Amino acid sequence: MELKSAIPPGPLAQKWTSAKFTNKLVNPANKRKFDVIVVGAGLAGASAAATLGELGYKVTCIVYHDSPRRAHSIAAQGGINAAKNYQNDGDSVHRLFYDTIKGGDFRAREANVHRLAEVSVDIIDQCVAQGVPFAREYGGMLDNRSFGGAQVSRTFYARGQTGQQLLLGAYSALSRQIGLGNVKMITRTEVQDIVVVDGKARGVVCRDLVSGKVYSLAGDAVVLGTGGYAPVFYLSTNAKYSNCTAIWRAHRRGALFANPCYTQIHPTCIPQTGDFQSKLTLMSESLRNDGRVWVPKKQADCAKPPGSIAEADRDYYLERKYPSYGNLAPRDISSRAAKEACDDGRGVGPGGRGVYLDFSEAIGRLGKNVIAERYGNLFTMYHEITDENPYDVPMRIYPAAHYTMGGLWVDYNLMSNLEGLFVIGEANFSDHGANRLGASALMQGLADGYFVLPYTIGNYLVPMMGKKVATDRPEFKAAEAEVADRTKKLLSTGGKKSAEAYWRDLGKIMWEKSGMARDAAGLKAARSEIAALREEYWKNVKVLGAGDEPNQALEKASRVADFFELAELMVVDGLAREESAGGHFRTEHQTEEGEAKRNDEEFSYVSAWEWKGVGAEPQLHKEPLVYEEVKLATRSYK
Amino acid sequence: MNVKLIVWRQKNPSTPGSMKEYEAKNIPKEASFLEMLDIVNEELIEKNEEPIAFEHDCREGICGSCGMMINGKAHGGFRTATCQIHMRQFQDGDTIWVEPFRARAFPIIRDLIVDRTAMDSVMQSGGFISAPTGCAPDANAIPIPKDVAEYSMDAAECIGCGACVAQCPNGAGQLFTAAKVSHLGLLPQGQAERYVRADNMVTTMEEYFGGCSNFRECEAVCPKSISTDFIARLNRDYLKAQFLPKKPSGKFKNE
Repeated sequence: MELKSAIPPGPLAQKWTSAKFTNKLVNPANKRKFDVIVVGAGLAGASAAATLGELGYKVTCIVYHDSPRRAHSIAAQGGINAAKNYQNDGDSVHRLFYDTIKGGDFRAREANVHRLAEVSVDIIDQCVAQGVPFAREYGGMLDNRSFGGAQVSRTFYARGQTGQQLLLGAYSALSRQIGLGNVKMITRTEVQDIVVVDGKARGVVCRDLVSGKVYSLAGDAVVLGTGGYAPVFYLSTNAKYSNCTAIWRAHRRGALFANPCYTQIHPTCIPQTGDFQSKLTLMSESLRNDGRVWVPKKQADCAKPPGSIAEADRDYYLERKYPSYGNLAPRDISSRAAKEACDDGRGVGPGGRGVYLDFSEAIGRLGKNVIAERYGNLFTMYHEITDENPYDVPMRIYPAAHYTMGGLWVDYNLMSNLEGLFVIGEANFSDHGANRLGASALMQGLADGYFVLPYTIGNYLVPMMGKKVATDRPEFKAAEAEVADRTKKLLSTGGKKSAEAYWRDLGKIMWEKSGMARDAAGLKAARSEIAALREEYWKNVKVLGAGDEPNQALEKASRVADFFELAELMVVDGLAREESAGGHFRTEHQTEEGEAKRNDEEFSYVSAWEWKGVGAEPQLHKEPLVYEEVKLATRSYK
Repeated sequence: MNVKLIVWRQKNPSTPGSMKEYEAKNIPKEASFLEMLDIVNEELIEKNEEPIAFEHDCREGICGSCGMMINGKAHGGFRTATCQIHMRQFQDGDTIWVEPFRARAFPIIRDLIVDRTAMDSVMQSGGFISAPTGCAPDANAIPIPKDVAEYSMDAAECIGCGACVAQCPNGAGQLFTAAKVSHLGLLPQGQAERYVRADNMVTTMEEYFGGCSNFRECEAVCPKSISTDFIARLNRDYLKAQFLPKKPSGKFKNE
């Protein structure tokens, strides 16, 4: 299989402009003749559904939530990047492009990233026009803050709830289109399969989560904006319902899965307190603008109250190791540094798995009020969860699974190798390489939905005019039957262990052997452990209740089943990538100082995996990464 | 710690439900309220009983999915989303009553899950600024005074959980609607549709929800501390809308 990335010819900065001109257009009167199915309504899905509706396409948007305002984009706290250069501090489209490529450890596609940087400025304009109440200066102009991996202030924010405000903006635009009848909204419904007819994605199989009814929808194109797969680790900062089902079923139908091993472990999360814990909570990276990260220099000091440890006995390890970026070193690097400090026996809090994030210096310098204005809601959240007041004692933080850079393979037009299947936002692999920079996920989700997909989808649709398929075709009926069978199977194992318990077991394997640091022996062991657990799962998972009524345990069991198969692919990919890059850190491949060591000669490519069956060896396809603009370099934040 | 739970169980929308008693044993006080329910549910599965269905997702107090009446109050009266309540806020040996949100506009789907689509309907009738993608001027073209942006943000923080409706003796949707109308109506870019928006959203709201009679129970349970001042603002905009010139169709002349 040849992977056609469809990158337009010409100089990097002209590619998107030329693509917009060469893409075929759908005549305004013809747009209503095309049915587009959008799955998911996070930042990517909601912005895409709204914009396609505005353009005149007939859109159906499907979510498993009760409302399109609940997707986990809403929990993003810190902000959204854009190359506005409002601070006059040397930012530009090119700098945002370069920072993102470098942040991704030179494993992302140049052309995609440049386009992302170009449209970033339009996103802020669009959001402001919709009424997103971004933070302002006293003069009424927009305020910015800094984020990891950048030396400019280009992050726009709305208190510590930026994701919420951006999603509500997209949800408003979507609500308007629903009210106007341009978008049909289907809630409490899960997409459980993608239907392929003559090699093209032509519809989806849905399961109504209230009645249990399984049915199909046909369309001219299917768009997946269903998010990432970090909950494969069980404990993650993602929402409890976040899952990989839609992208995984698409993968099983032929869509290639790219770079599954690139997962982001976020450095600043509230540490785990016990085995009962259901999720981990992120503390925004923006806190590192004013908070200083440290651990005691001496192991003996770890149990002492932090206030009693003298300044000279504290190791501000990020400032020490990375003086030019300091506490704003990128996420993968900060996470590994925290792990190192804790592995060295200098961690603090329960189990020694934590480091301090200390605001006392900033409170002294700026006053409590300024800190409260910047991070008030985050401090309140921390206080609610830990019962400790971060104004008085330093926060304790530890890394947690947060984001997945990998996802379905897409070309420059965001279409997967399965024609007619478009993948947007975190669900695709395209823009962040091996590590995503802070405040770039919101940027990518909205870029894809507002400004990229609406321009590229038409090019695919033009020749599809008048080629409708109906849901009574055998391909639809067969897919429906498979979905119904699977549900029946999950309900009838007669097993003894809950899906939640199996999910925890899987998460433990993934966190220990495919987490912040990986090696060949661990990954090999993980693969056989996952396979064994998966087989046991299908014989012994216990799902009570029926399939024709609301049944949350059944929904969970179906999602966990997909996590098993994906986990195996992540491990296979991690094992095949014999180098360290960004979030993928193979302990065999590190520099003397313990930094990630890439192998550009052999691994400067995108790994795109083809499904070959449960437990079978997946087939690797390589898309070479060609750098025309950027010179590959060792990433340094020192 | 050990607590006794008395929980509303209802199999589906058409089957009548009832209160059932459960023991929650050996719960760590650091556990969240929902994690306590997770533990109870795992034990129920062990005993071949169906787990208690409840809505939840982000568990960070922002998505607005979770919500239940705890001891008769929406989100337990802790002024936070249910997922942010922790067991240390209860005493060992407590009896805790857990019911779904109570409002005519929120029919029960199962156990503690209710249908809140009425709130989406209100939004679809006007909860937006009509600014299609691509038409926006530069983001700094209209300066917005910091205080205005902050005040708008105070209203925009609403997570759409429905606690305000559930707590209101009338099942009114005023605080929710007021939050949205104020968020957009306070901003310069929201002025063009300000009165049409208030008029349309209030009209839709009244189709589904009860009337407001200023009990202010909503404000007392709101996880985002949305102020009832916004309801006064909503009423002002709605009232003003009634005196603006309209066409015979009932629509505004500037539409």
